[in-house]
Amino acid sequence: MAVVSTENVPVKTEPDVVTVRRRVREVSSQLGLSLVDQTKIITAASELARNTIIYGGGGSMQVQTLNGPRVGLRLTFEDNGPGIPDVDLALRDGFTTGSGLGLGLGGSKRLVNEFEIFSKPGAGTRITITRWK
Amino acid sequence: MSEMQLNQKGAKLVDILSGQEERILAEWMKEMTGSTRRGDLIKESELRAECTQFLKLLKQTTEAAGTDFQSPSFGPMREMLGDVSRGRAQKGFKPSETATFVFSLKRPLFDQIQTQYKGDTDAMAAEMWSLTELLDAMGLYTMEVFQKSREDMIRRQQEELLELSTPVVKLWDGILALPIIGTLDSARTQVVMESLLQAIVQTNSRMAIIDITGVPTVDTVVAQHLLKTVTAARLMGADCIISGVRPQIAQTIVHLGINLLDVTTKATLAAAFSVALQRLGISFVRDAAKS
Amino acid sequence: MEKIPILKMGDFLLVTIQVDMHDRLALALQDDLTRTISQTEAHGVLIDISTLEIVDSFIGRMLSNIAAMSRVLDAETVVVGMQPAVAITLVELGLSLPGVRTALNVDAGMELLRASVKATKEMYGSRLH
Repeated sequence: MAVVSTENVPVKTEPDVVTVRRRVREVSSQLGLSLVDQTKIITAASELARNTIIYGGGGSMQVQTLNGPRVGLRLTFEDNGPGIPDVDLALRDGFTTGSGLGLGLGGSKRLVNEFEIFSKPGAGTRITITRWK
Repeated sequence: MSEMQLNQKGAKLVDILSGQEERILAEWMKEMTGSTRRGDLIKESELRAECTQFLKLLKQTTEAAGTDFQSPSFGPMREMLGDVSRGRAQKGFKPSETATFVFSLKRPLFDQIQTQYKGDTDAMAAEMWSLTELLDAMGLYTMEVFQKSREDMIRRQQEELLELSTPVVKLWDGILALPIIGTLDSARTQVVMESLLQAIVQTNSRMAIIDITGVPTVDTVVAQHLLKTVTAARLMGADCIISGVRPQIAQTIVHLGINLLDVTTKATLAAAFSVALQRLGISFVRDAAKS
Repeated sequence: MEKIPILKMGDFLLVTIQVDMHDRLALALQDDLTRTISQTEAHGVLIDISTLEIVDSFIGRMLSNIAAMSRVLDAETVVVGMQPAVAITLVELGLSLPGVRTALNVDAGMELLRASVKATKEMYGSRLH
């Protein structure tokens, strides 16, 4: 797999969620994703960015454009927060430790083609999502 | 012929071709008779131009780079063979007819080798072998390109078919219908869903009827896709009715435990249309004078 | 701080969301709207989201909350103009906004509000007089 470009976007405070959405919109439209696919990955990014801030205490988003064999967009959200003790449970719809609807993780997973999560209590969380063209 | 020239691979092919192009071309054209030549699909002048260009390129390339088809110097040749192959795939040539473009050159070239190497059987065998290898590699390459362009064509047609198979029709001002015919899979449902929702916005339609009379089976996945479409339409401000639910499908839906309670379902498209008209406050009166 | 304007049109309030909805702005709108409903005694709220490029779970929750809160304050809420791509994504995300009424555009939304206000008046009107 060929990574064409990589950049990092800070995800620290609440207004950064809007910056994340804007950047993902720009990159996904440059890649030529369909409008529905663009909307899906922006929405997933919005959910994950908010999680990074609220539950992870802030972190960053890495944006990678992929080319060969397929064109796609890969986003990696990383934080050094408390981590998720039970990932399977956290992925279930309706599960939340905050005040949200608990659709963030499970919902984001349904909006993308690939979803990877690495998390350990005390060691932060890393979530990688990919949407192919 | 000097010792050095003999050791240079490909140099010999140049000698064979030099000054003999016209003759080889004529024999090659003769070889491609009947079904291979396909006079119905390609004009003789066009074929002759292709062959002439091929021989010219062959001479130039082998003179410079020998007979290794994989070497970068064969780039222009590969490009030309690719064009020939793709062109034939589009025109409707059979795979064997396409490959014969290269293979039918064997005899004219072999004849030429035999004439030039009279008496020197070792050199003749060596030359024939390297030529066979080169022409076989070219033949295989044309087949690869041929198959790939056919696959591309099939994929394009599938995509076109997908779009054609989901026509959204306007039944009345504010009422759309989407008759689905054939099996619903994930990819198709996505296309169906998107085109219906787009049409709802474009035509400003409050009611949409999804008719599944032509759908052979409904499984859990299909039912979920239908439900998602109905929900998405509702979020946009339009109501969906599912019509054409056949008895077996009704049974399957209940057995699978799929909840269609929030969705209006009707047995026929006519019944659904009547409900849609009602919801928009439209009613018809039979003209007594005409009935 | 930027603010989403709330327009009063007769009995109804009209909100057009045209900016990037960040979370604090969404919460402020929720506050502003409930206050304005009670001040103006409006009977309907129309929220136009036709230029909104995404609705995530936070914005979705805000819309549900506004609908529920305004109902308590005797006002009907209609969300209009959700784009197809946004609707598809929202459904995939797992949100269907139950309790939120929707319409294709502002005209259709206004019609819906008028009909619902009329129905309410007919229901209670006879009892009051």
